[in-house]
Amino acid sequence: MPKDSGIGASPKRREDVRFLTGTGNYTDDINLRGQAYVHFLRSDVAHGRINGVNTDAAEGMPGVVRIFTGADFEGVGGLPCGWQVTDRHGEVMQEPAHPVLAQGKVRHVGDPIAAVVAETYEQARDAAEAIEVDIEDLPAVIDMKAALKDGAPKVHDDLTSNLCYDWGFVEENREAVDEAIRNAAHVTTLELVNQRLVANPMEPRVAVGDYSRANDESTLYTTSQNPHVIRLLMGAFVLGIPEHKLRVVAPDVGGGFGSKIFHYAEEAFCTFAARQLNRPVKWTSSRSEAFLSDAQGRDHVTKIELALDGDNNFVALRTDTHANMGAYLSTFSTSVPTWLHGVLMAGNYKTPLIYVNVKAVFTNTVPVDAYRGAGRPEATFQLERVIDKAARELGVDPIALRRQNFITEFPYATPVAVEYDTGDYVATMDKLEEIADLSGFAARRAESEKRGKLRGLGVNCYIEACGIAPSALVGQLGARAGLYDAATVRVNATGSISVMVGAHSHGQGHETAFPQVVAEMLGIDESMVDIVHGDSSRIPFGMGTYGSRSLAVCGSAMVRATEKIINKSKKIAAHLMEASEADIELKDGQFTVAGTDKSVAWGDVTLAAYVPHNYPLEEIEPGLEETAFYDPANFTYPAGAYACEVEVDPETGKVTIERFAAADDFGNVVNPMIVDGQVHGGLAQGIGQALLEGCVYDADGQLLSASYMDYAMPRADDLPFYSVDHSCQTPCTHNPLGVKGCGEAGAIGSPPSVVNAVVDALQSGGHKVDHVDMPLTPSRVWAAMQG
Amino acid sequence: MYEFEFERPGSISDAVAALKTDEAQALGGGQTLIPTMKQRLANPAKLVSLTGIGEMQGVCVEDDGALTIGGATPHAVVAEKAAASYPALAALAGNIGDPAVRNRGTIGGSLANNDPSACYPAAALASGAVIVTNAREIPADDYFQGMFATALEEGEIITSVRFPVPRAANYQKFDQAASRFALVGVFVARFDDGVRVAVTGASEDGVFRWSEAEAALGSDFSAAALDGLALPADGMIGDLHGTPEYRAHLAAVLTRRAVQAAA
Repeated sequence: MPKDSGIGASPKRREDVRFLTGTGNYTDDINLRGQAYVHFLRSDVAHGRINGVNTDAAEGMPGVVRIFTGADFEGVGGLPCGWQVTDRHGEVMQEPAHPVLAQGKVRHVGDPIAAVVAETYEQARDAAEAIEVDIEDLPAVIDMKAALKDGAPKVHDDLTSNLCYDWGFVEENREAVDEAIRNAAHVTTLELVNQRLVANPMEPRVAVGDYSRANDESTLYTTSQNPHVIRLLMGAFVLGIPEHKLRVVAPDVGGGFGSKIFHYAEEAFCTFAARQLNRPVKWTSSRSEAFLSDAQGRDHVTKIELALDGDNNFVALRTDTHANMGAYLSTFSTSVPTWLHGVLMAGNYKTPLIYVNVKAVFTNTVPVDAYRGAGRPEATFQLERVIDKAARELGVDPIALRRQNFITEFPYATPVAVEYDTGDYVATMDKLEEIADLSGFAARRAESEKRGKLRGLGVNCYIEACGIAPSALVGQLGARAGLYDAATVRVNATGSISVMVGAHSHGQGHETAFPQVVAEMLGIDESMVDIVHGDSSRIPFGMGTYGSRSLAVCGSAMVRATEKIINKSKKIAAHLMEASEADIELKDGQFTVAGTDKSVAWGDVTLAAYVPHNYPLEEIEPGLEETAFYDPANFTYPAGAYACEVEVDPETGKVTIERFAAADDFGNVVNPMIVDGQVHGGLAQGIGQALLEGCVYDADGQLLSASYMDYAMPRADDLPFYSVDHSCQTPCTHNPLGVKGCGEAGAIGSPPSVVNAVVDALQSGGHKVDHVDMPLTPSRVWAAMQG
Repeated sequence: MYEFEFERPGSISDAVAALKTDEAQALGGGQTLIPTMKQRLANPAKLVSLTGIGEMQGVCVEDDGALTIGGATPHAVVAEKAAASYPALAALAGNIGDPAVRNRGTIGGSLANNDPSACYPAAALASGAVIVTNAREIPADDYFQGMFATALEEGEIITSVRFPVPRAANYQKFDQAASRFALVGVFVARFDDGVRVAVTGASEDGVFRWSEAEAALGSDFSAAALDGLALPADGMIGDLHGTPEYRAHLAAVLTRRAVQAAA
């Protein structure tokens, strides 16, 4: 019998009422008195030297308040990178400057050159057209391997080359891996591209900077997944504003998918300009600008080799990846191909020897950073594709080959530095075979063949690492931030509760799910609990939401704070009932004294805390508010098994997804409906990557897929009805809720199953195709069939 | 968007007069022009909306059986009103864009723009339609002159389009995944005196007739008649969504499918 409240229940998302009735408060809904508007003049060439920016004519245009160029930011900090990677030779990465407005050179199409602040947005745009920019075109480097060749044009003149770092992991294993591969009974090799993607949240980025001369305070309203991170980075590294004079507010945010983690030039500009001009300055990205200025995702070119012994046991894995950084280092760009990618390369398998090499490369393209899954999809894709290819080469069942190599004992220390605390990969695979009705596949294939269609089945597993932590470890790995989170539980006098959380909800449903936890712990109604998030002046210092961390990390902080509330309220209840604290029990919102019929209600205790007329003031303070910071002991490791069935039209190469099943182990689940939705959305993005989406530059660095006319987002009719299950639950062993995280799983797990299915379909039709690079457009699939 | 003047005349003659102004441009449903202007890629001094002209609205069957569609008729109206008289044309109109596009976009606007991936040009050319303007009547064979190029003179307005109704017809559209314009679209129309096959989305020269297929189908209207026929990849569009070879191949596949569906 499903619960109707508390942990495990599926109340409808309370935030949806305002989202669906147009009463949300997004950043673009914020308009301040006296606000001016900024338009950024962006580079239309990928690489060029700025010989001059003449704003004379533009300054005189109607409505112009002021025009800023790179010169205005001399002496101001640049956008920082939050993670310093040390390479395989012990050298730290090359880290170029990233000015707010271009200085000296432009390095990608869309690089901001000047910012026009005017009374209206249209006036700002008009004036931007009157700015004369003298740019000397330089040859652009777009292809990563070409960028690393001797004599290649350098994106940053002051760096030694376009190589950011050459990372080896685990470097000590390198020779052992090489030797194991040399001596293996079978080696399967696959070269593939994990193509660049554009994040495309429904809401483009917006920033409103405000400044109060009265108290020297700056406020930035911005579309962020982590307002405190922005406050720290922008305040400390870019603009030099101390935290107590800087407030960052991320109100309702319409999706992020990673692209709103990072600190961007535009939000620093609006904050800076508001101080300079002593008036609010607003920027709203157009969709076209989003394509040229939001950090993009993926863009790995990889060669992977899987070595097996004569019994088909995995004995070694070696991968070699070129990871595109774009023109500058976005906030967490450097961590994605390394610590979010290399450490996942064991997947669900007990491969004893693994070596990962990643060369991060600067090119004249938009910066690349975390996008839903961030490194983990890239790891999963190559691993699950090469396993599938190995199974086909060896003539064994791909599922059986996976099962044979599953990790089955936990905790399990992988050869790539992480320890999986718990999991049951056999159980999720068993569940998958059931919900995907794999036994019925042969009949479905025969039916498809009757209609002239090639049907394929693709199966894969995935493992994810969520809630990246602990801070002490990530600090050793180069993180320039802690990765804890925080919650303050403020119980009000009449018993209602505001929970101020460091996590940020931009689609995840925190406002519904988090109260379920607190309400269950206290035995009160969920409607008495509200979540406050997204405003650095209202919440404790938290690190925000990304990497499927919110419930595992911030939720744990919330549990710890609520435990403190329970402890204190029991003391108050003990006083009120003249009983021993040890005898107090809290159930269904009532405090009772064990073995008696004495009781006081939750509201009696909370009122006593704030109206302490009868209160143990000698022992405890009045009030009922507690804060906890939580720094996890380890990552969490959600895992699962996915199955995709496709039909390929052999005449056109068109792929349709006929069935998709996902069996996930997220540990304990607070709101199964929200988890379903998270998986559905992740699958849509993963299937989108597999079939539709591709960010493509031409050789000169012009973005060819620069609008929805050419960048194909998945639509409802591109997607099937999903069969989703998360009943396999091995609770996380080290956080109080036993939760693991679910936000990225679908996007991580689905691309390989789609590609595996298409390859299976094509092979069933007699085509000798063992790989097709994503997106599997009809043209590409047809070309693959032509050989 | 830059500033512009706006007029919405009630008659063709007033519209013609309004378009005589320097840098005036006719506005149909605005499904191409308005986004272009919003991106500041077009800068007309004046827009002359054709949507207020009653005589350019609607669908009617002529005495000779031909279907006349007013130049300012939205796709959604064609989809509904032509369903009985010319179902293949109605189906084409009902699958352009999305409902918002179909309720605003007009047949005249589409034909005047002559996007190489638009659907209507395939229907007009395969049907042997006559493009009727304020000044003259232009046979479809003379009207389409390459990507975004037509026989229209400056200030000339498509007032209506007259479609001979074939015995059988079918339009096969293969969607470009992002825009959902035709990656390739093929319209096959079978008349008593022959077959016309028009291909959109494929050629760098815009919509074209596949004369070899027409000849083959003229003597044997069956998919088998197309066996062995292929279009050359040379001159086909190559872009993110498909190579020239793929488009040439797809045109042949879709032609067969259109014939099968029409037969």
